[in-house]
Amino acid sequence: MQPIWHIARKELSDGLRNRWLLAISLLFALLAVGIAWFGSASAGQVGFSSIPATIASLASLATFLVPLIALLLAYDAIVGEDEGGTLLLLLTYPINRQQVLLGKLLGHGCILALATVIGFGSAAFAIGVLIDGVDLSLLVVSFTRFIISASLLGWVFIALAYWLSSISNEKSTAAGLALGLWFLFVLVFDLTLLAILVISEGRLSPDLLPWLLLLNPADVFRQINLAGLGDNSAMTGIMALGQDLPMGAWGLWIALSLWLLLGFALARFSLTRRII
Amino acid sequence: MNLIELQSVNQYYGTLQVLNDITLTIPAGEIIGLFGHNGAGKTTTMKLILGLLSPTEGQVHVFGQSPQSLDVRQQMGYLPENVMFYPQLTGLETLRHFARLKSSPTVQVDTLLEQVGLTHAARRKVKTYSKGMRQRLGLAQALLGTPRLLLLDEPTVGLDPIATQELYDLIGTLRDQGTSIILCSHVLPGVEAFIDRAAILAGGKLQAFGTLAELRRQVALPTTLRIAPLMDTQPLQNKLAALGLTATVVGQHTLSLRVEHHQRLAAIQHLLPELNDLDLDVSPPSLDDLYRHYFAQLTTESH
Repeated sequence: MQPIWHIARKELSDGLRNRWLLAISLLFALLAVGIAWFGSASAGQVGFSSIPATIASLASLATFLVPLIALLLAYDAIVGEDEGGTLLLLLTYPINRQQVLLGKLLGHGCILALATVIGFGSAAFAIGVLIDGVDLSLLVVSFTRFIISASLLGWVFIALAYWLSSISNEKSTAAGLALGLWFLFVLVFDLTLLAILVISEGRLSPDLLPWLLLLNPADVFRQINLAGLGDNSAMTGIMALGQDLPMGAWGLWIALSLWLLLGFALARFSLTRRII
Repeated sequence: MNLIELQSVNQYYGTLQVLNDITLTIPAGEIIGLFGHNGAGKTTTMKLILGLLSPTEGQVHVFGQSPQSLDVRQQMGYLPENVMFYPQLTGLETLRHFARLKSSPTVQVDTLLEQVGLTHAARRKVKTYSKGMRQRLGLAQALLGTPRLLLLDEPTVGLDPIATQELYDLIGTLRDQGTSIILCSHVLPGVEAFIDRAAILAGGKLQAFGTLAELRRQVALPTTLRIAPLMDTQPLQNKLAALGLTATVVGQHTLSLRVEHHQRLAAIQHLLPELNDLDLDVSPPSLDDLYRHYFAQLTTESH
């Protein structure tokens, strides 16, 4: 256990040193406050509209942003240290490769979780203080759910980034793969699913389709937050499929956690076989 | 118990064979020189001992255990060739990080920084360090946790002659305290004096392993004798010719003759009465000569 903490501690202090934590927190806070106050500008009104509308917009934004930031934070975790020559040295210390990965996941995970708590938490705080008559318990519940699920989504992509980092021989390859992964889950997946829906013209079993959503961690994250609002009007497009899932919110949480385990298992498999 | 045992180790990278049937037993408490040119398999051998690689075939044991065991790594120190660190950390932060990983006391960090002469630069970022300073920081991290086995890959690269001498002195002190040391190097002039045994690798094969005296006996390379200064080389040359020794003139006033290993003492005895005011310089085959010999042997074998 000890070496895991030491690695995590180094990653965390790196995140503080190079201002990553500060930058991500600020970015999250600005975007969250912006969405809360100007999110309904397209509907012709300025100012805070409602908690469900804010969470729905935030969830759409976080679906793009959190995976991207997670991948940026972690894509060079292995290949960068290998190129820099420090991985060789590190692995001659009494620490095995799985512990290196766990330590890094803990450190990077802390940076992302802290940024999410500080960024989105401060937005929630601002709403609670500045808006009269807001339902505080709904605010706390929905933002807590949002923050925890966004962190979990971030961890999934950090773990997947480690996997890509472990199979790449150069940093630029890892960066390219990470960008591809982001593109796949954030854009291509939903479009493909839509295309399948349209082309199949209902011939696909309607029982099967909702399960396909679970194949994309970003969609699972959106489902968790939209389903939690109890307001089905926010469920548009692909998200509407999720209403047919024969399981409650816990099923979605488990699915997202399984994604984290899968990402970590892939990373562990590839790093163990990597020739240093 | 032997320190390191390699048993019939074959190592492949894909289809490329880098180590060919290496069997080597290294005793504890000595300074071992591991020599070979680039691509001879030195670094691969080091990585096997460090447990970074598993042998494709054969077995590797360190302290009688698998080198992959964390317990073994706890007792090893390693200085890689061209050691690199996290550029954003200071020397002090770097050493503290590695000290934590090795669960060594933090007081050792200051002692080691002092010992390698980096105290004044401890609070500077490693990216501002020169090659020599990085090398010294690398040595300091290798010494963390007082290892029983120290592996040094090209430790003198980037060091000035004084720092090199200090390094060898330090290695000697550590050996006297019971640390076993493996020194991996291109053949370096002057390294002979500091090692107890040499292992010579060429073409992925272990060509020789033993003390220098043993290796010299084994290869029976001629010893070179030089006599100087001679105003006239001819008379001595004739005398030596009468004894069956062929001497050649080197430079203006120097005679040089090569005698077989077993004849060298007899030749010196013949020369002694002739010397008077002259200097006699005896050079047994150097490590470099031995290395060339084994390498030449390898090339003739493969043709």
